[in-house]
Amino acid sequence: MSEKILEVKNLKREFVMGEETVKALKGLSFTIHSGEFVTIMGHSGSGKTTLLNILGCLDRPTDGNYYLDGVNVEELDKNSLAELRNEKIGFVFQSYNLLPRTTALENVEMPMIYNKHIPSSERRDRALEALKTVNLLNRAHHMPNQLSGGQQQRVAIARALVSEPVIILADEATGNLDTRTSYEIISLMQDLNEKGKTIVFVTHEPDIAAFSQRTILLRDGLTQKDVINTEKRSAKKAIVSLPDPEKM
Amino acid sequence: MKIFDLLKISLKALKKSKLRTFLTMLGVIIGVAAVITMMAIGEGSKESIHTSLSGMGSNMINIMPVMNEPGSVRLQGSSMQTLKQEDADAIVNLNSPNIKGVSPIVSTSGQAINASNNWPTSLIGVSTDYLDIRQFKLKDGIVFSKEDVKSFTKVCLLGTTVVKNLFPDGQSPIGKIIRFNKIPFQVIGVLASKGQSNFGQDQDDVILAPYTTVQKRITATHYLQSIYVSAASEAQSDAATAEVKQVIRENHHLKASEDNDFDVRTQAELLSAIGSTTSMMTILLTAIAGISLFIGGIGIMNIMYTSVTERTREIGLRMSLGAKEKDILMQFLIEAVIISITGGVIGVVLGIASSKVVSIILHWPILISEMSILISFLVCGITGIFFGYYPAQKASRLDPIDALKYE
Repeated sequence: MSEKILEVKNLKREFVMGEETVKALKGLSFTIHSGEFVTIMGHSGSGKTTLLNILGCLDRPTDGNYYLDGVNVEELDKNSLAELRNEKIGFVFQSYNLLPRTTALENVEMPMIYNKHIPSSERRDRALEALKTVNLLNRAHHMPNQLSGGQQQRVAIARALVSEPVIILADEATGNLDTRTSYEIISLMQDLNEKGKTIVFVTHEPDIAAFSQRTILLRDGLTQKDVINTEKRSAKKAIVSLPDPEKM
Repeated sequence: MKIFDLLKISLKALKKSKLRTFLTMLGVIIGVAAVITMMAIGEGSKESIHTSLSGMGSNMINIMPVMNEPGSVRLQGSSMQTLKQEDADAIVNLNSPNIKGVSPIVSTSGQAINASNNWPTSLIGVSTDYLDIRQFKLKDGIVFSKEDVKSFTKVCLLGTTVVKNLFPDGQSPIGKIIRFNKIPFQVIGVLASKGQSNFGQDQDDVILAPYTTVQKRITATHYLQSIYVSAASEAQSDAATAEVKQVIRENHHLKASEDNDFDVRTQAELLSAIGSTTSMMTILLTAIAGISLFIGGIGIMNIMYTSVTERTREIGLRMSLGAKEKDILMQFLIEAVIISITGGVIGVVLGIASSKVVSIILHWPILISEMSILISFLVCGITGIFFGYYPAQKASRLDPIDALKYE
């Protein structure tokens, strides 16, 4: 088996709300290896978002261990967590979160500003390369409001790719998009996955899960199912099977 | 994260809301311009008073008689007879390096007559040092000599006001004979105009003659009304004063227990008294202007808080993509400092311009010191950091999870 990228052991997260203690995660354990495309599914209240925040190093578990690329996240302070997010994680959000009135290229360059290992002279070339990967080179100098939702999400994916993270964390990345555009984004993710990128995709749409290799199903803060998807669908084929919008 | 990147981010953010940035900056601009202008006016008037007082002879020491034992009747100083020729001589004989010139003063007023023209004026009997002590300059002719003083020659120097009134047709008075209280004097020189003194006195309405001549021919007295001494420099004024006091006390055989029977006043004392008044005025004006700069600073703080709130999502995004607390803090701090420093630069330019306008239109003396510009810049920088720090700190302490969800 390939190397472990992400490993959680007996992960717990509790929130104190006044006198009540809400147990969002009650002891999760799983491992994700390099090159996997995993979907994490669950209804609202299942602990999905809490898990994502912890996996994204934005939050820390109350108990249990989290290793990202061999680093014990628990031992890190705020600044080191910021560094870890910058260097090892590529975020893709539901609402794209591009800086307004800032070109696609500059949006993609942004995380590299905070990365001390990437010299400023390389930024532009790397950003252009990332935009090329998501097939948006011709839109590099467009502002977000001049781009469609799908294009904005592709810029966001380029931004996630640009620092060459060990993992891409997508949070409902297709939630704001129509079916066809969603499939296009998934197709792009599949391409990236085939090139070796590890992808963790959080979603509540069972439809999306069918395109991944493995699905972790959360329920009430526990793992309900962790299954390998033997019949992985190809997003490209799915797009072809959609009704042609020209004829609708 | 390099400072250049931060600058770029901050500039970009400021450019996105140009009007707001400008309005915020306006508070600083007005504050700084006001400080510069007020300091220029304050310093200018101080300087102008200093110059005109120095024009009277800033190193001048004036020795006047006072009644030692007044009893119940207090007489006017000039009617007292304690100050003598010997006192003046004693000061001269000191040969002190602190003392530059000594002139006994005997003055009287009366009517000056030239043919059919007459003019009421004062005749001041002086020695040859007087012109230098009072910083009078000769426009025409010559000054009487020490010989003239010794032999009480009836020669005189006229001030321009006297010339104008006695010689209205514009002919040169040099060599002419005028009469003062019926005594004839030959005019040998004309003084350059000095204009009004600080106290509104016409300094050109005067006739100067050897003090010996005035004593002998006009007042028929042997005492002096006062003695003018000039210190070698303003700094030596105090030393010269002390020496003068000492020698006159000895001359008057005063015991240690006795008070001076004379009074010594220096121009420097007057200068420092007036100087402190104008300094007070400058401080007051600057303080008022400083308040407007302070308000400008509050404006920055206000707008920075608004900006932080508006850009909560951006802050959350930057943090989740790897910006550290320090990076966010610096980003907003630099924004505040850019506003204040740019405002400061514009304010300094505007302040200099408005100072010039004040001097041109109102004819007020102004003085723009490098110090006031330097202080303004410093205060601006500090204002930016001080008022920008709290909003920036608020931004840097946001929780990325909450910030990203902020609507």
